[in-house]
Amino acid sequence: MNVSTIHDIGYRHYDGKRLGRAYVTRSIFVHNLRAAYGLGRPARAKVMPFILVGIMLLPAVGDIAVVAIAKRPEALFPYTRYQFMLQLIISIFVATQAPVLASREIRFHTVPLYFSRPVGHVDLVLAKLGAFATALFALTATPVTLLYVGGLVTQVPDSGEHLLHYLGGLAACLLLSLVLAAIGLVVAAFTPRRGFGVAAVIAVLIVSEALVSIVQKIAEHTGHWTMSGWLGLCTPFTLVDAVAVRLLGGKEGVTVPSGLRGGAVALVLCALIVAGSVLVLHARFRKAGLS
Amino acid sequence: MPPIIETRGLTMRFPRVTALDDLTLAAPPGVVGLVGANGAGKSTLIKILLGLLPPSAGGAQVLGLDIARQGGEIRRVVGFMPEYDCLPPDVSATEFVVHMARMCGLPPTAARERAADTLRHVGLYEERYRPIGGYSTGMRQRVKLAQALVHDPRLVFLDEPTNGLDPAGRDEMLGLIRRIGHEFGISVLVTSHLLGELERVCDHVVVIDGGRLLRSQAVEAYTAASGVLVVEVDEGRDDLGRWLYGRGVAVRPEERLLMIDIGDESVYDLVRDGSAELGLRLVRMEQRRHHIEEVFSVAPQAVPLPPGAVPGPPGAVPGGPGAVPGPAGPSAEELRGGAR
Repeated sequence: MNVSTIHDIGYRHYDGKRLGRAYVTRSIFVHNLRAAYGLGRPARAKVMPFILVGIMLLPAVGDIAVVAIAKRPEALFPYTRYQFMLQLIISIFVATQAPVLASREIRFHTVPLYFSRPVGHVDLVLAKLGAFATALFALTATPVTLLYVGGLVTQVPDSGEHLLHYLGGLAACLLLSLVLAAIGLVVAAFTPRRGFGVAAVIAVLIVSEALVSIVQKIAEHTGHWTMSGWLGLCTPFTLVDAVAVRLLGGKEGVTVPSGLRGGAVALVLCALIVAGSVLVLHARFRKAGLS
Repeated sequence: MPPIIETRGLTMRFPRVTALDDLTLAAPPGVVGLVGANGAGKSTLIKILLGLLPPSAGGAQVLGLDIARQGGEIRRVVGFMPEYDCLPPDVSATEFVVHMARMCGLPPTAARERAADTLRHVGLYEERYRPIGGYSTGMRQRVKLAQALVHDPRLVFLDEPTNGLDPAGRDEMLGLIRRIGHEFGISVLVTSHLLGELERVCDHVVVIDGGRLLRSQAVEAYTAASGVLVVEVDEGRDDLGRWLYGRGVAVRPEERLLMIDIGDESVYDLVRDGSAELGLRLVRMEQRRHHIEEVFSVAPQAVPLPPGAVPGPPGAVPGGPGAVPGPAGPSAEELRGGAR
C-alpha cells in the first residue's frame, strides 16, 4: 500500500515537465488504439474484438493445416484475397468498434475536455483515425502474416514470389484499414447512440456490398462487363480489391475495373475517402467541442 | 495584484440571441463568483475566456494572456469543469483522470501520481478504481473537479459545480472550492445561479444578467450593514412598536420582527429601555446585513447606489430626549443568551 494515503501532506504543486503536442497526440493515439480492443475498459468490452480476432485467424490456421497435411501448396490462400473473403467479420469489427472511438466521447460530452486543454482539433481527429486504422491493420494483417509464416514453415515453393505477394497483401491490408477506418468513424460520429451507430456502419458496409454485387451480376448478364467493373468501386472492399488486383499483383476474384488505369482510379478514390473523412470528422468534433 | 480576468466590451451575438452585451470587468485573484440566472451568459463567457469561441466584439485577457492570440497558452494554465455530465461511464475515475492529465502534457508517471493525489484531495478513495457509470452525482462532480485540477492549473473555471447536489454534498463542494482558492493557491472562477452559496465561498462576486454586468465587487460590499436594526421580542411586538414610534423612531413591522432605521446610536438604548419598561423579553437585536440577492431586486438602472447604501426611505429620526449615548448595543448572541 502507498503510505502517502495515510499521511495527508497537503496540496503539492506540480513543477515537473509538461510535454508538447507530439506527446499529447501520441497519447490520444495509444488511448484510442487500446479502446478499439476494449483495453482499459471492463471485461465485456474486450469480448467482441477478441472473438472477432479469433474468427479472423481460424481460416488461416485451418488453411495452413491443410497445406501441411495434404502437402498441397497451391491450397494456400492468396494473401490479397484473405481480407475480401472475411469481409463480413471485418465489417462487424468496424461496426462494433467505430462507435467506441468516434461517438462515445461525443455522446458523453467528453470532447470539450480535450479542447479546453492544449489539444488541437486536427490532432485529435488524425490520432483517432490513425488509431482505428492501426487497430484494423492489426486485425487484417495478423492472419495474412500467419499465412505467410505458415507457407514458409511448410516450405511452399517460389519463396521469392511469395514474399512479393505477401508485401502486396500487407499494403492492401493497410489501404483497406485506412478506408474502413475513415468510413466507419464518419458514419459513427453522426450516430451518437451506439446501437444506431453499429446498425449504420453495418448498413453502409454490408448492405452496400450486397446491393452492388446484385447490380454487378445484372450488368454482367446483360453483357456490360466494363460497367460491372466500374460499379465495383462503389463498395469499400471491392474498391480496395481493385487496387490490390491491378497495382499490387493480387489475384482476381470479383469484377473490378480493368487495367492499370482502373487501379489508379481506385487508389485515388481511396485517398479522397480518407481525406474527406478527415475534413468531416474535423467539423464534427469542432462542433461537439462547443456543445 | 494584477487581475486574473479582464474583459473589455466583450460582446457575443448568436443568430437569435445576444449572450454577452458589452461586458467590461476585472476580477482579482482568489475565489471569484460569477452569478446570473440561467441563460445570463455565464457558460458563454467561460467558453470565450478559454479561447474556444471568438467573441463578436471586444477582447479579454486571462492571467495576462490575450484570448484571441494566446488561446493555446491559456488552455495550458487553466482548468475547466463543465456544467454538464462529461464522464464516460465505462472507465474508472483513475483511468479517466490519468488520461486527462496526459492530455495536458504530463508524462505518464507524473500523470498517474497527480491523478492519485488530486482524486484524494477531492475526496475519492477506493471507489476511484470502479467504473464511473456506478457513481453518485456527488462522486461524479468530484471526478469532474479532479480532471480540472490534475495538471495543477493557475486558474480553474468551475461551471455550476454544486448542480444536482444534496445539501450535504453542496456544503462539501463549497468547502472544497474554498480550499482550492485559499490552501491550494489556485484562483477560481465559479458560476452559480444561487447567490447565497457564493456569498459563503467567494472573495469577489460578479453579477451578470442578460449578458450585461450588474455588479462586480468584493463580497463584503454586498453584505455590508444596511442601516436597519432588527428587533425580535417574545410577545408584545406591537406594544414596543408603538412605544418606539411615540418617541419618534422610524419603525415598521415585518413578520414577527420590528425593523428600525438606525438614525443614531441612541436607538439601541431606546429599544433596551422600551423592552424594560414594557416588561418584554428581548430575543434578538442585530444589524441587518444586505443579502447578495438584493442586487436582483433593485432594477439595473437604480444600481448607481454606493455599496452599503440604505434601500428605502431614509429614516433620520433623532433619538428621544432621555436617551444617553452609550456603547453600541450588545451582540445578538449575548442578547439571545441573556433573554432566555
